[in-house]
Amino acid sequence: MTQRVLDEVWRSGWGRLLGQLLHRFGRPDLVEDALAEAFAEAAARWPATGVPDNPAGWVRTVAHRRVVDALRREDTARTKAHLLVEDDGGTPAAADGGLPGADVDERLPLLFMATHPALAVEVRPALALRFVLGVPTADIARLFLVPQATMAARLTRAKARLTASGVPFAVPDLAAWPDRLDDVARAVYLAFTAGYAPSGGDDVVRVREAGEAVRLAELATELVPRRPVLEALAALLRLQHARRDARTSPDGRPVRLADQDRRRWRRDEIDAGLRRLTALTPTHGLAEELRLQALVAAFHATAESHATTDWAAIARTYARLEGLTGSPVVRLNRAVAVGEVSGPMAGLAVLQGAADRLPGHHRVALVRAELLRRDGQLALAAAAYDDAIAACPDGAERRHIAERRASLDGGASVGSADGQG
Amino acid sequence: MKYLVLLVGDGDMPAWSALSPEEQGAAMQRFADFEAACRARDGVEILAGEALGEPASTTVMTTRAGTVTLTEGPYAEAVEGLGGFYLMEVPDLDVLVELLTVLPPYDIQLSPVVDPY
Repeated sequence: MTQRVLDEVWRSGWGRLLGQLLHRFGRPDLVEDALAEAFAEAAARWPATGVPDNPAGWVRTVAHRRVVDALRREDTARTKAHLLVEDDGGTPAAADGGLPGADVDERLPLLFMATHPALAVEVRPALALRFVLGVPTADIARLFLVPQATMAARLTRAKARLTASGVPFAVPDLAAWPDRLDDVARAVYLAFTAGYAPSGGDDVVRVREAGEAVRLAELATELVPRRPVLEALAALLRLQHARRDARTSPDGRPVRLADQDRRRWRRDEIDAGLRRLTALTPTHGLAEELRLQALVAAFHATAESHATTDWAAIARTYARLEGLTGSPVVRLNRAVAVGEVSGPMAGLAVLQGAADRLPGHHRVALVRAELLRRDGQLALAAAAYDDAIAACPDGAERRHIAERRASLDGGASVGSADGQG
Repeated sequence: MKYLVLLVGDGDMPAWSALSPEEQGAAMQRFADFEAACRARDGVEILAGEALGEPASTTVMTTRAGTVTLTEGPYAEAVEGLGGFYLMEVPDLDVLVELLTVLPPYDIQLSPVVDPY
């Protein structure tokens, strides 16, 4: 009971509470720790004392007190005793809530602060998950495949930098919104893809943690409605994440898109993603990149089977995406789609353009192997599988490639390549 | 917050000596516009600001084991192009960045000043 209430306050209240503390005190380096301590104190005391009438208010009051304590300790530490300053900037008045002059959800400036351009790109996704949703550091560490202590140190450095460099807790000037919303979208996208990147680890998909990124994307569309870049992001992540249950086998191995049990895709979530996507019109920049990616995901999500997938539409969409980004990874995916539409040799021709720019990449070798296999060139396919195995970091993905290589000898299932999982 | 704003490199700006008199005038106008924008903005004040002499005129002073040594030239390549500075009071980093976009597109280092008390 106690735990359930606490979880609920954490889940629904963390971002607002942190926002209120930042609004009151500034100091991201102090208030986030104070809030975490307040939740820890609640977890320790509520089982004995019972849940207070206003659980969120209780946490806020304790966190307030912790911040004030920390500020006092700082003052004492850097002021000679006989000069003790009575300027107590941190006495907790009644929480004044809200931001000056506007009825703004505190989580909005929080989202902008965590993804501020003065922070290194790599730390923004982690900080956004921590600040806005309160995702535990251990979970964020697992998402990015680093030890917990490493992630904790990264977050601490980032918070110290926010404080010292003068990044405001504020909604940016309207003129800066297009760039800043792109930064938000990029950070959330990176958080999501981290959950789906094998990166040599044994966890193929960190579903729960990736789900937090989806939650963050959808919260962003609530906080800032009708922004194409955020809408496209939310559509893309919802469509991708809807396939989560089918992407790994019961023993934790990756299952190729072609082999996934489509009954295990979440239909309601696919429908929600499609509703968002179909409301969007072609645009430009990052918003268009995300929209086109969502479009590809939608073609997959609405196909009855691998064979009846509209590969021509997917190939066209990837061609537009490649024109927009010039990305060799997009070209790799286009090669797969072209292989489905126009045959393996056509796919191999497109693939060459990616291979030139991604030399020694295991996914290029894998796609080549699958295309050669479908073309009946089994000896060349075997050699390409070997290249892929040699280039792939140890882990679930490499074992998967090795199995594909082994099934070549048995002449078992003849599948097709795909860039999507 | 107080910042030391260092104009550390030409960035997208051609070297001053490569500019025509008209272009130099336009760049000077941007400095004037910047100062006007700062005056117009609440909570913003330029506390000090100067252009600096050529790198060739710079002296580096080092003290090792009590011995003072003077050497010619800037301390490091990073400050080779240091052309000027402002000491500014602003509400936060975002306001500072917004105002600095009025200047010519130099490379600029924004160092917060630490308040010891």
